Amino acid sequence: MNIVIFSGPPSSGKTSIILKTIDTLKQRNINIGVVKFDCLYTDDDVLYEKAGIPVKKGLSGALCPDHFFASNIEEVVQWGLKLGLDLLITESAGLCNRCSPYIKQIKGVCVIDNLSGINTPKKIGPMLKSADIVVITKGDIVSQAEREVFASKVSSVNPRAVTMNINGLTGQGAYELSTLLIDKEKDIDSVQGMELRFPMPAAMCSYCLGETRIGEAFQMGNVRKMDLGDDHE
Amino acid sequence: MTMNNLSIRELIEKYPFVASYFEDNKLDINGFEDYTFEEYLNHFSGEEIENWAIDKERLKEDLEAFIVQMKEFLGIKDEVGIQSLTIVSGHDKSKNPEGFREFTINKSEIVSIVGPTGSGKSRLLADIEWTAQNDTPTGRTILIDGKKPDMKWRYSSNNKLVAQLSQNMNFVMDLTVREFLELHAQSRLVEDVEATIDKIIIAANNLAGEKFDIETPVTSLSGGQSRALMIADTAILSSSPIVLIDEIENAGIDRKKALDLLVSEDKIVLMATHDPTLALIADKRIVIKNGGIDKIIETNEEEKAILTDLERMDLFIQGMRSKLRSGERLGGKR
Repeated sequence: MNIVIFSGPPSSGKTSIILKTIDTLKQRNINIGVVKFDCLYTDDDVLYEKAGIPVKKGLSGALCPDHFFASNIEEVVQWGLKLGLDLLITESAGLCNRCSPYIKQIKGVCVIDNLSGINTPKKIGPMLKSADIVVITKGDIVSQAEREVFASKVSSVNPRAVTMNINGLTGQGAYELSTLLIDKEKDIDSVQGMELRFPMPAAMCSYCLGETRIGEAFQMGNVRKMDLGDDHE
Repeated sequence: MTMNNLSIRELIEKYPFVASYFEDNKLDINGFEDYTFEEYLNHFSGEEIENWAIDKERLKEDLEAFIVQMKEFLGIKDEVGIQSLTIVSGHDKSKNPEGFREFTINKSEIVSIVGPTGSGKSRLLADIEWTAQNDTPTGRTILIDGKKPDMKWRYSSNNKLVAQLSQNMNFVMDLTVREFLELHAQSRLVEDVEATIDKIIIAANNLAGEKFDIETPVTSLSGGQSRALMIADTAILSSSPIVLIDEIENAGIDRKKALDLLVSEDKIVLMATHDPTLALIADKRIVIKNGGIDKIIETNEEEKAILTDLERMDLFIQGMRSKLRSGERLGGKR
């Protein structure tokens, strides 16, 4: 079974891109399943179900969603193997722009959109910088100039990625993406022991453990203070 | 690679574009100009590396890849550009062969594309953009200058074969026309930014019904002005040799001049349209049916005569429009 990890900021078009790509893969009789990771809520699983695709969703709730991803991915892989899938796709929203769920040896795709602003490629960390494929969406509603400027910003933070423009509404470009996803030599039957491409951010302060009170006396563990300077005279 | 021994100052002297690599990766090199890139990366503390998600190995490898890519991009800019695009036929959705064998479009030619929604116009465009090699659902093959194209057209983010202009496009950045064009010119590594901007403004104002000022925010331009600016900018600044136009609304813009501008900049123009004036300006039109190219029609003498009538009507309507705008009464001979 092949695995592809999709991630990208909320509302960038991940689900549309995956659905359009699956459409073209199904015509080639490839057996696909999807696992959607989110934080509090998602109804994307319904969209996948409607398309007749086996789907599971994982809501991380009070936990950091990317940590939740890392703790569950092996079980997810075993689920996919049990169903006899050829391709397992995981989809997760990058919620704090610092994390990335990509695993070494497993293809990682980042979906970002042209509307998100020209500085977005700069703001997103490893989720964009360490992706193998960057999909840029919503190109049909911004000018050619903005598309070119946006793509050049993406390429300066991740020059080695394959960058593609895909229209999530018409599916233009989805067939082309589908040809890059499956690679017989990348077949795996477990991710046990594999490594994340980038360490997730450290936390563990009193607020991680449920503290609600504000004030120095209640801050323990990994706490960092902003530098506000002393120009307030 | 040799860059390992160069100081950051020497790197920037040799490859001025690396400044944007440092900037976009939030690497503040001020005061470190005499360090090599590796030495600079090594100055970060463990805490900084963790806090700012700095991946030293990746940044080093990426810088090399970035330099190679930008050098390649500059090289392409110096080339003459492509001369022709050839579509070799495949089949439609029902696997019937398409109604032509091979179709070549040369630079400075305009070809229109007609066919109902969902008939396969997007697929044709995607085939061109991806330089299909009998490896897409239509089985078409795309040749550039009569040869199998370089794979760079597929995978590189800065060298896209096709630029697109469509009805739904908007400017979304909060910038003035000048700032906007500066940004685009910089991303294309243009040497004389000022002269290029002037050229675009003159061209855009030549197309727009109503002139606009260079200090106007792009988001405040009218529909016609926006289209004029987008077309002038695509013609002059975009590196893509093929331009696909999805209809040009007949308001606030001189469409004939817009097409002339694209053609004069050596673009190959493909135009999806059901507007008779636009369709007949093209020398040929591709008719799409059931996912395939059904036939290719050459515009004949009779149609060219109709075009003259249509252009006269367009002119008449445009005259009315500008009278309305300037507060005059509509009148005159009919």
